[in-house]
Amino acid sequence: MKTVSAEEAVAMIPNRARLMVGGFMGVGTPERLLDELVRQQKSELSLVCNDAAVPGKGIGKLIDASLVSTLTASHIGLNPKAQQQMMAKKIAVDLVPQGTLVERIRAGGCGLGGVLTPTGAGTVVEEGKRRIEIDGKAFLLETALRSDFALIHAFLADYLGNLAYVLTARNFNPVMAMAADTVIVTAEHIVPVGVIAPDHVVTPAPLVDYLVANG
Amino acid sequence: MDAQTLIARRVARELRSGNLVNLGIGIPTLVANYVPPELKVFFQSENGLIGTGPIPEQGMAHPHLTDAGGRPISALPGACTFDSAMSFGLIRGGHVDVTVLGGLQVDAKGHLANWMIPGKMVPGMGGAMDLVTGARRVIVAMQHAAKGKSKIVRTCTLPLTSSRPVDLVVTELAVMGFAGGHIALLETAPGVGVAEVMAVTEADLLIPESVPEMKI
Repeated sequence: MKTVSAEEAVAMIPNRARLMVGGFMGVGTPERLLDELVRQQKSELSLVCNDAAVPGKGIGKLIDASLVSTLTASHIGLNPKAQQQMMAKKIAVDLVPQGTLVERIRAGGCGLGGVLTPTGAGTVVEEGKRRIEIDGKAFLLETALRSDFALIHAFLADYLGNLAYVLTARNFNPVMAMAADTVIVTAEHIVPVGVIAPDHVVTPAPLVDYLVANG
Repeated sequence: MDAQTLIARRVARELRSGNLVNLGIGIPTLVANYVPPELKVFFQSENGLIGTGPIPEQGMAHPHLTDAGGRPISALPGACTFDSAMSFGLIRGGHVDVTVLGGLQVDAKGHLANWMIPGKMVPGMGGAMDLVTGARRVIVAMQHAAKGKSKIVRTCTLPLTSSRPVDLVVTELAVMGFAGGHIALLETAPGVGVAEVMAVTEADLLIPESVPEMKI
């Protein structure tokens, strides 16, 4: 694990990068990295995230700045700008049921080729997918998702990179921290090793490549 | 009593002590207001919480404690938090006893459409498809009609949320269940007659010999 500034962290991300961004409606989203992506005008990004948040917050900042070319998410309904850019075909949006989205990311991080889920069978979500019957029940084969970078926000990070999360800001973060080639983390508090008890570490330090310095 | 309150109060009567319950946005959210305090119901918020409490008092909100719509909530004593994989494992895995969701259409087979209107509204399904597919019991809480058109239809014309049929529909006029490809009229709202419900319902209704009045 290496400690970097937000500027250095984002400088590593090229245009057209595939990014996973933690957070749920902007809660538990690494806002400082998103601000820096906007400042450095990293464009044509391919995002995997739960939702498009709202304008001015979380993923909404990247949408506001027209930096997103593809978006894989479960819900964009609370961000009218995301809807407009989808309708205008400026963003290619792939809407995925939320439980399927998180399992596809989990599969990507756990060395699985995909998952079988009953969600979406018999609906438009089934189009173009393999349907597999097991004991008479229909499942869809949903393939794994991985990305070049995962942008993660934690509550606590210790000097080694062990992470703990708080309340509903955990959401997709620990799952995404498994599913990217490079993991960049911001944290509310950076604390000495040992402050996070072993049983309370959610994301183990070896998964974290870069921790963004606070202050 | 307005329609939304009536629906929420009737749905609240379906919940039992010990139930793990997930409420959708809109009318379903109101259901929590009408659960008697002696009933120990666990409410799940799919962004990673069991034990959601009321909106916090002024100055007590935490930016990292919100409902699935991003609004500040509180957590009750005994609450627990988890990641989204766990949250949807609970939902899809049949651990959620009851989900209450809004609807655009419900048809005679019990199929629900509630997540998009092609060409008009494409917000994404969020957690709705997983909830309808995986919860043990699915209750739809919605107004009986929209812009004069029945939302209880013969066959859904909007994209389905799941191929799994729902269990119960509660509107401001009636409570309906499903059996053998038909919709059964189970209760009517206070002051509403069977003929009145039939007149504003596109789908055919099975009418039992006696239809009790909705208790709220």
